Amino acid sequence: MKFDFADQQPKFLMLMYGLVAFVLVVGGLLLLLDVVPAWFARRREAQLVAASVSGAPLPRRPKQREGIFAFFFLLPTLLLLVIGLVVPAIRTVLLSLMNRTSTEWVGFDNFAWMFSDDSIVRVLINTLVWVLLVPLVATGFGLIYAVLVDKARFESVAKSLIFLPMAISFVGASIIWKFVYAYRGDGDQIGLLNQIVVSLGGEPKQWLLESPLNTLLLIVIMIWIQAGFAMVVLSAAIKAIPGDIVEAARLDGVSPWQMFWQITMPSIRPALIVVMVTLTIATLKVFDIVRTSTNGNYDTSVIANEMYNQAFRYSENGRGSALAVFLFILVIPVVIYQIRNLRQQREG
Amino acid sequence: MTTATPTVAVGTQKTDGTPSTTAGRVRKRLNSRTATLVSIVIAVVWTIPTFGLLVSSLRPEDEIKTTGWWTAFTNPQFTFENYEQVLFGRSSSSGQLAGSFINSLAITIPSVLFPLAFACLAAYALAWINFRGRDWVYIAIFALQIVPLQMALVPLLRFFSTGVTLGGVTLMPAWDLVDEQKFAQVWFAHTCFALPFAVFLLHNFISQLPGDLMEAARVDGATHPKIFRTIVLPLITPALAAFGIFQFLWVWNDLLVALIFAGGGDETAPLTVRLAEMAGTRGNEWQRLTAGAFVSIVVPLIVFLSLQRFFVRGLLAGSVKG
Repeated sequence: MKFDFADQQPKFLMLMYGLVAFVLVVGGLLLLLDVVPAWFARRREAQLVAASVSGAPLPRRPKQREGIFAFFFLLPTLLLLVIGLVVPAIRTVLLSLMNRTSTEWVGFDNFAWMFSDDSIVRVLINTLVWVLLVPLVATGFGLIYAVLVDKARFESVAKSLIFLPMAISFVGASIIWKFVYAYRGDGDQIGLLNQIVVSLGGEPKQWLLESPLNTLLLIVIMIWIQAGFAMVVLSAAIKAIPGDIVEAARLDGVSPWQMFWQITMPSIRPALIVVMVTLTIATLKVFDIVRTSTNGNYDTSVIANEMYNQAFRYSENGRGSALAVFLFILVIPVVIYQIRNLRQQREG
Repeated sequence: MTTATPTVAVGTQKTDGTPSTTAGRVRKRLNSRTATLVSIVIAVVWTIPTFGLLVSSLRPEDEIKTTGWWTAFTNPQFTFENYEQVLFGRSSSSGQLAGSFINSLAITIPSVLFPLAFACLAAYALAWINFRGRDWVYIAIFALQIVPLQMALVPLLRFFSTGVTLGGVTLMPAWDLVDEQKFAQVWFAHTCFALPFAVFLLHNFISQLPGDLMEAARVDGATHPKIFRTIVLPLITPALAAFGIFQFLWVWNDLLVALIFAGGGDETAPLTVRLAEMAGTRGNEWQRLTAGAFVSIVVPLIVFLSLQRFFVRGLLAGSVKG
């Protein structure tokens, strides 16, 4: 029962290095941008003085060097994006067309494998189920809750309760829910779900082992986390509905139900779409929940998890990259839809 | 939407839907009752799993393993033993989460600061400096948001482990990092992956600052770095806070990037990696899992609750204006 603080020192040292590097890079850049133009300005001043003394023609005012500033302001970002995202993404596309050790070109073999291997087809179907269910159900709960607590007493507390899971890591959330799904063969149950089933007269189950129910139970975790996000964005949209419209409808004696469908829904449509799109993209990439809860076993794997397994556990670089590329291809139509929507909104 | 032709319905409801009739009033009260009830049910369902975890983490080991946490109220037995075990325990099976906690901190702090500073500079340039091709640079960075980070993982790992050679010429040697030094890889990866969204979010704020202010400063002879430091930075503090919190939560809670670039060693593995490992190999050690999960939750929860205002504002700016 002892924890040696001295063992931790190298970590703090490394953190220090990181912070020093930060100060040097950012501070250095700002200093450079401050000092150099000032030096140029002084030199120009000296030239002007010299010129006026000697009676020579005044030097022309130099062109403004806006571009140089922009270059230095953008330099770190562009450099990191090229090294860390653009080049790797292009290389991943190339790797997906090569064999497992990236020594030979194999054409579209990796993609053909994706659609022919039964276990991977299962993965694709699971991902589809995730993408269909999570955005819809999470947005649904978020919307219902946002409408219900709008202008209620304790609104902010009520909202915080739903929003809180957003702060919890997917790993933490998975453990929380694994505990809800926990199973003990005989005697008292320790998992809430099994306890409820037992008290209703049912038989306790090993929830996470039964396909396809287990995928749905993992989806519940994602919904639990994301409903808060939907709720906050939609709640803000509801509050942005002009008061006079609501007032006019109320004077017309519109029932709450009609109010919801005829005033609220059309007004928050843009926010609704944004939420759905954001959740769809987040769901496509889901990894942590599956990895923590079942490690992708028992037919629960999804694309991102399988990509990790192929590339980093089985060293199948070609197949892993093909899965990543496929993920990217799936995201593109969603984003195009989103952009077109935004453009319509701006014009309308 | 479903609201295409609502006129008929409105007409009929007008007479009996007003609260002035008794039936109407009763129904209205009933409506608000069910509304309250439904919202309470949702709130309870959303809170109970976390609450159960918290209660369990404070119960003795054999109690957790044999009885449900709800029995703790009729038979209260509480202890901090689990936390002591999981944080400071000597045996490797106990988790030794205190070390991972420090790793999480060491990973998170620079991973928030770097993208924040770089994105801030870039966003200013894209919003207020005139140069050719500005719109194209902005569109390119904006578009990079859609590249899933999975697309970059394999090559980026190779970039660190083998360096860059072009036509036999070594442009950059391998980083060859060991132990704690691997933090640098994680910082680098997180910074790269965060930049597109960070630039986008901060650009939203910075481009909305009043142009007169910049113009006045320019006329007074202030250079761009000076305007950036003295005018822009103080004005966008809320936006910086919003992105800072967002990035903090993202990095602290991340599993994938940490798993690949930090690895599972004691020297570098953050809480998420260690917990995921425990959940996989010691799935029935609930006394450790519950306490460990709570240790990992506590910091983001505090950050989140104390700065929720900024976070929500950033979220809305990032998603709705989008």
